[in-house]
Amino acid sequence: MKYMLMMNTPERGSYQAFNWPRQDFQAHVAFMKDFIKKLGASGELVAAEGLAGPDQAKLVRAGNDGKPVTDGVFPEAKEFLAGYWIVDVESPERAYALAAQASAAPGPGGKPLNMAIEVRQVMSGPPPELL
Amino acid sequence: MSSSSLDAHAEQLLRELAPQVLGVVARRFRDFSAAEDAVQEALIAAAMQWPRDGVPDDPRAWLLQAAARRITDHVRADAARRRREELVVSLIPPELQLVLAPDSDEAAGRDDALALLFMCCHPALSPASAIALTLRAVGGLTTGEIAKAFLVPEATMAQRISRAKQSIKASGMPFQLPTAEERTQRLGAVMHVLYLIFNEGYTTSSGPELQRRDLSREAIRLTRMLHTLVPEDGEVAGLLALMLLTDARRAARAGPAGELIPLNEQDRRLWDSAAIAEGIALVSATLSKGSIGEYQVQAAIAAVHDEAARVEDTDWPQILALYEVLLRMSDNPMVALSHAIATAMVQGPAAGLELLKALDADGRLAGSHRLDAVRAHLLERAGEHEAAIEHYRRAAGRTTSIPERNYLMTQAARLSDARE
Repeated sequence: MKYMLMMNTPERGSYQAFNWPRQDFQAHVAFMKDFIKKLGASGELVAAEGLAGPDQAKLVRAGNDGKPVTDGVFPEAKEFLAGYWIVDVESPERAYALAAQASAAPGPGGKPLNMAIEVRQVMSGPPPELL
Repeated sequence: MSSSSLDAHAEQLLRELAPQVLGVVARRFRDFSAAEDAVQEALIAAAMQWPRDGVPDDPRAWLLQAAARRITDHVRADAARRRREELVVSLIPPELQLVLAPDSDEAAGRDDALALLFMCCHPALSPASAIALTLRAVGGLTTGEIAKAFLVPEATMAQRISRAKQSIKASGMPFQLPTAEERTQRLGAVMHVLYLIFNEGYTTSSGPELQRRDLSREAIRLTRMLHTLVPEDGEVAGLLALMLLTDARRAARAGPAGELIPLNEQDRRLWDSAAIAEGIALVSATLSKGSIGEYQVQAAIAAVHDEAARVEDTDWPQILALYEVLLRMSDNPMVALSHAIATAMVQGPAAGLELLKALDADGRLAGSHRLDAVRAHLLERAGEHEAAIEHYRRAAGRTTSIPERNYLMTQAARLSDARE
């Protein structure tokens, strides 16, 4: 079963991590690279991407002429998607365990960030034989 | 094979020969992992060369030779493995060192295929790994084809297969036919893996549908092979019958836009009558032999459904009786749920709804959309439309299958439209 693990950043503007001490930032990046590598080796990785900072995000709607109308960074939003992993795992428990590992990525001073990771199952799966 | 120019007959031939060839090569070279790689390469070579040069007179010998040549090439190419080359050569009887002759003993070919199947469905492997390895080693599918069927990147599937092979290596399991005792112990795991492959193929949710249809066809083919190898086993026959009787309804199960059509609304003229006849014959033969297992009972239930030419002809009392047998064999809440439906069909929706209350207390189906979906159906039949709408919607919100969600939302919308 596939799950999407979503890492949110609570701040607007550019990522806070860019302001961390160089050593802490590097440790964070090294952790993330290692995490991906392990997921690849276990045969559980489907996809993973980091997203450009919220300061570059645009909200797009179709205008009356069908052409895109873009709007700036949404001021009302409290959180922004910073990146995601899609994993194919044996059980929901395994997806939660992986999310916990990602959540414990090191932050400033090497302390675990314990950021919230949203876990959502990807739609698929067998239809019921009962219906 | 991925080559479109390989005709269906040749493709079928390759799939059938793959486990036999792998069995022989693994037995001769005593290295499952290397043998598996070599046979995959031989299959790919065949897929490329046969459409151009024609299918060889003895395709099995051709594949054996191609695989043997590759495995020897690999051993030679790796200087660090020189010592192993000597070992490999020393393991091959001198008369076989020049030419790897096709097995004259047909029974050995059969036993090799069985040994392979048991090895790939090892209980120590995760189901996902066992499925991948079985499809590759016994089914002869390429890693790319398996990855496509499971909608994961090829690199992911390659890792999964490679880890499965490492686990088998680490377990120190020799490549040999399981003893009668081991066979009995592990036949359950083998059947479970085949059943999972079938279910994956039966899915009508997202993804390239053709690939998945291939997968259930492959599951049927492998189960048929297993049935030929152990014809005396009633559960294997039951599993094959269950697959045939379920797959027979495939053409009627989805509408033009891929929408789910439930059993009671299907156009039964679209059912595959040959598959139904074969399934019914299998299940009748096995039920008369005594010692009944769960797959056989499930197959018997599917047979009763398939035997009814019209939905109103369905023999619900017989289905209810079979579910009662199944309930005594298994503690599966899904069986209890189906039993509640059958009860409702025989004794009325109120009796079914009463049984669902016990499942609420059970807790294992808590939060499952299936309990909501069944309750919605029974409430609708009981005339309680408001409550039915609510449960259809709740079930739709909880399912992870897109066709199923659309079906449930449509049911809710139908009832609420009728209200206005």
